[in-house]
Amino acid sequence: MKRRDRSTSSSCRKRARIGTGAFLAALAVATAAQAQAPAPAPAPAPAEQFGKPIGSAGAAPPGASSCSGCHPASASVDTPVKQLVGRKPEEIVAAVEAFRSGAKPATVMDRIAKGFTGDEIKAIADWYGAQKQEAQP
Amino acid sequence: MIRSQSRRDVLKGAAATAAGATLPTPALAQASGGRVIVVGGGFAGASCARALRRLDPGTAVTLVETSQTFTACPFSNEVIAGLRDLKAQEFDYKNLRAEGVVVAFTSATAVDPQARMVTLGNGDRLRYDRLVLAPGVDLRFDALPGYTEAAAERMPNAWKAGEQTALLRRQLEAMPDGGLVVIAPPANPYRCPPGPYERASLIAYYLKTKKPKSKLIILDAKDQFSKQRLFQDAWNELYPGLVEWVPLSMGGKVTKVDPAAMTVETDFNKFTVAVANILPPQRAGRIAALAGVADRTGWCPIDPITFESTLQPYIHVIGDACIAGAMPKSGFSANAQAKVCAAALVKLMRGEKPDEPRLINTCYSIAAPGYGFSVAAVYHPANGQLVEVPGSAGTSPVNAARSVREQEAKLADGWFNTITGEMFG
Repeated sequence: MKRRDRSTSSSCRKRARIGTGAFLAALAVATAAQAQAPAPAPAPAPAEQFGKPIGSAGAAPPGASSCSGCHPASASVDTPVKQLVGRKPEEIVAAVEAFRSGAKPATVMDRIAKGFTGDEIKAIADWYGAQKQEAQP
Repeated sequence: MIRSQSRRDVLKGAAATAAGATLPTPALAQASGGRVIVVGGGFAGASCARALRRLDPGTAVTLVETSQTFTACPFSNEVIAGLRDLKAQEFDYKNLRAEGVVVAFTSATAVDPQARMVTLGNGDRLRYDRLVLAPGVDLRFDALPGYTEAAAERMPNAWKAGEQTALLRRQLEAMPDGGLVVIAPPANPYRCPPGPYERASLIAYYLKTKKPKSKLIILDAKDQFSKQRLFQDAWNELYPGLVEWVPLSMGGKVTKVDPAAMTVETDFNKFTVAVANILPPQRAGRIAALAGVADRTGWCPIDPITFESTLQPYIHVIGDACIAGAMPKSGFSANAQAKVCAAALVKLMRGEKPDEPRLINTCYSIAAPGYGFSVAAVYHPANGQLVEVPGSAGTSPVNAARSVREQEAKLADGWFNTITGEMFG
C-alpha cells in the first residue's frame, strides 16, 4: 500500500506543476473581482494549455464531460485506463462499437457504450480527438 | 461588507494586473463576466469551481469551504481496514487557486435568494449571479434514539472521511480477538449506497487476517442493497461464517443505541459490541435548508438539465445534496453533475440555452485487496428527472473469474488517481 500512496502523490505533484503555469489572465480577473485569499503568482504560460477535457465541456457534446472521471487528461496519471485526448476519433469509435457488441472484452464500457447512439459516440470521439494533449512536465 | 464589482471594474483590474506582468489577456473577449459562488469544496463543489474557470476564464468564481484540507471518502474504507494511509485521502486547494478560483476558508451561514447574496461566517456578504450549493450530507443526530453527536465519539459513523475514519480504525485495532463488530446502514437515500457493504468486506478482511475469532454483523434498515449479489458472493467466498447480514424484514433495523453500555438494539435483540459503526439517516447539508432549496424530504429537487433548484431561481444544487433521480449519491456522480452544471451555468450567463446532458456514473467497490467490482450507468433527463438510458445500467458479472475482479481493483485505483487529479491535481 505504501508503494501506491507514493505513486499517487507523485502523480499529483507532476500535475500540480502543469496547473500552476496556466490561467494567468483568468487569475487576474478573479483577484480583481474579489480581493480575498491571494493566490500564488503563477508563471506565464501559453494560452493553448487551456484545452483540458474538463475545460472544454461547454463546447463538448452530451456525455463527453463524464468520460474524464476515468480517462485521464495527462499521461502522468497512474491508471490503466487509456487517454481519449488527442486519440484518432475513428479509433475511439471502433473501440466503443466493439465494447457495445461484445467483440472486445470490457469491465464497465460494455454497459456505458449502450447508453449512447452511434452518432453521439462519434461526436464525443471527434471532440476528444480535437483536444490537445496536456503538456508533459 | 458587500463585495460587488461591475463587469467594467473587473476587466479594468484584470487589464491592470495583466499589463503589469506584461502578459496577454486571452479569452476575455468571450468572457461572461459572471459571478458564481460555490459552497462546498468536495467532489461536486471543487469539480464545478474548476470546470467553470476552465470553461470561461472571465467568470469570477469564489469557492466557500470550511476546511483547508479535503479528505476523500472513496477508498477511506481501506484506511479503516489498515490497508491505506489516511494521508493518501487528503488534498488541498492550491491548484484551484492557481487557476483563479478564489477560495474562502469559512462557512456560508445564510443565503438571500431575492438579493442573491450569501453571508459568510466571517460576516462578509457576497453577491452572486448564480449560486452553486454543493454541501454534501448532514448526518442526522435526531433520528436514532441514543445516537447523538457525542455518541459518535464512542460509536463512530466515519461517514465523512477524516478524524472519524481514524477513530474507527483505532477502535478496530484496540478490540480483542473474538469481539463483535456491528455496522448499521440506514434506509435509502444516503451517501454512497454500496459503501457500508464495502466497509463490512474490508473490516472482515482485517478481522480474518488479524482477529479471526471475531464476528461482524450488518444490522440493516433495508431489504436490498447495491451490488448485493456480488457482495454476498464475495462474503461467502472470502469470509465464510464471519459476516452476517440481517435485513429489515428479519429485524435488522437498529432502534436504539447506548454508547455508554456499548449496546445496539433492534426490535428483537440487544447486542453488546466491541465496535459499533452506526450510519445515521442523512439529509442535504444545512445551508440547503437555510437557502430554501431543500424540500420536506431534506434533499433538494433540481432541474435535470441545469441542476437549478426547482424551489429557488439562480441557485443550483449538485452532488449528494440534490435529488438526481436514478443517479446514486457517489463521488463519480457528483463530479459528472458538477461539470454538466458548470457548462449550463456558462451558457445561462451568456443568455444561451443549455444543452440536454448525458451523465455517467461508475462506482467500484473493493471486497478484499485485489478483489473489485463495479456498477455503471448512463443517465439523461426525461420527464423532469434523470433516468437511466435503457440498457446502459448494470453491475459486474456474477461468477466472473478472479482475474476480472483483480482487473477491476486496479481500475478502481486508477479511477481514484484520475478523478482526484482532475479536481485537485
